[in-house]
Amino acid sequence: MAMHRGRGFASINYPIGMNLGGDPSQALVHSNPDGKFTVALSSIDLGQGMKSVTRQIAAETLGIPVADVYVDTADSDTGPHCMGSFASRGTHRVGNAVIQAAQEARAVMLEAAAEELEVDASDLVTDGRGNIHVKGAPSRSITTMAACQAAQFKQGRTVSGRGIFLIPLSEVDPETGEMTPVSCFAHAAMLVEVEVDDETGEVSVLDMQSAYELGRALNPKLVEQQLIGGAWMGMSHVLWETTEPYYPDRSHGPVDFNHYLMPGPGDLAPHHISVLERPAPDGPFGGKGPGEMCANPVLPAVANAVYDAVGVRIDELPITPEKVLRGIRANGGARPKMRLARAR
Amino acid sequence: MAKKPVTFMLNGSERAAFAEEGLNLLEFLRRAVGDLSPKYGCGQGTCGACTVIIDGETHLSCLTMAEAVQGRKVETASGLANGKVHPLQEAFMEHFAAQCGYCTPGMLMSAKVLLDHNPSPSRAEVIEAISGNLCRCTGYEPIIDAILATANTRRLA
Repeated sequence: MAMHRGRGFASINYPIGMNLGGDPSQALVHSNPDGKFTVALSSIDLGQGMKSVTRQIAAETLGIPVADVYVDTADSDTGPHCMGSFASRGTHRVGNAVIQAAQEARAVMLEAAAEELEVDASDLVTDGRGNIHVKGAPSRSITTMAACQAAQFKQGRTVSGRGIFLIPLSEVDPETGEMTPVSCFAHAAMLVEVEVDDETGEVSVLDMQSAYELGRALNPKLVEQQLIGGAWMGMSHVLWETTEPYYPDRSHGPVDFNHYLMPGPGDLAPHHISVLERPAPDGPFGGKGPGEMCANPVLPAVANAVYDAVGVRIDELPITPEKVLRGIRANGGARPKMRLARAR
Repeated sequence: MAKKPVTFMLNGSERAAFAEEGLNLLEFLRRAVGDLSPKYGCGQGTCGACTVIIDGETHLSCLTMAEAVQGRKVETASGLANGKVHPLQEAFMEHFAAQCGYCTPGMLMSAKVLLDHNPSPSRAEVIEAISGNLCRCTGYEPIIDAILATANTRRLA
């Protein structure tokens, strides 16, 4: 009876969003009486940072401070349509819709400013601090607030914009079966080291090394947090979570959350993350979105590491001690692959 | 069903409310008293989302009888901010230690008791202190970092 170390590797190409043609999202942007802007979305923020990142995108596009943008995701019944927060699509799809809407609103804001300053709108620039001024002549300036208020209370126009992201459906070629279902891929690779106890079948993850290529990290801190939390979810999925933990017969199954296992803070493995930023040509400011990809590489990497450690190939999740022990027994004992490779 | 009056201190103020017999502290705080900061996660002491502080120690409010806090001091996450946010809350924000936020009130309670008893905890002691609190989003790392950072800031202050 012994502990066996093993290493496993996995790499993935991760398509952002669903099939093109079926995956639209809309955004509406308008200025309020105080000259600040509201972005209306039906794209729900469940903690991943949807509101933060669309706020940044809107502010950057409008040319105003982030503090002057409010993102309202209050009601998917009355808000502009969105397919939803899933498929790692939020940043990419909704972000592009927000850019389109904010561009339209910005154009009206500049027209309103142009009328007040008696200049041509094409000569105006924003400084990102709440001012609009004539290119090369910063003294000929008006605040974004004054411009928006002039539009609403004097000129009689709404400073608003509409945006939608939709790429036409890619048809399947009847001859070759070829199609382009996705416009944007993110990538990840992960190496994990595990220790497997051939007496109990228990698997411990000792170390995780990962690299994620996810376009431009629009909010690096949120990206980092998603990657750490997502890897935990992957770990939980590969080694713990199931509604049928022990027996094939439902009557022996769990009846409450006490039997639904997941890792606690003591079950952490050190995780070393590298983020590679390769801006996506069709992404909002080059962003793709970490999303589900955070969790994905952990599963195959751990399965490969278990195979490396004891020679048991498990293809049903989660990798429970019972499955590992059954596999070891079926093989007539643990067959560590690393050791075999070294012996050769 | 018979109701009993329960008088206790909640976050420094005296409160009184009626508790039905057998009512747990979590439901009592949320429904009878109106403090929604302790969260209902599993209702059986597994997840730690309902953690509150009674007389300086952490308790799972879903497994505590409402009557048990008669005459005692109860602290919840809603009492942490006193004029300005508590240093732990600030550190949680600073370190992005909340995503969906459901575990956060319980985490804050466990962290507060730890730091009240042990101002300079090791990483292992922080992990031990929050081991009864489950988090689905963060992978725990940002939470551990936030608690350690609070201890560090206090040491320097």
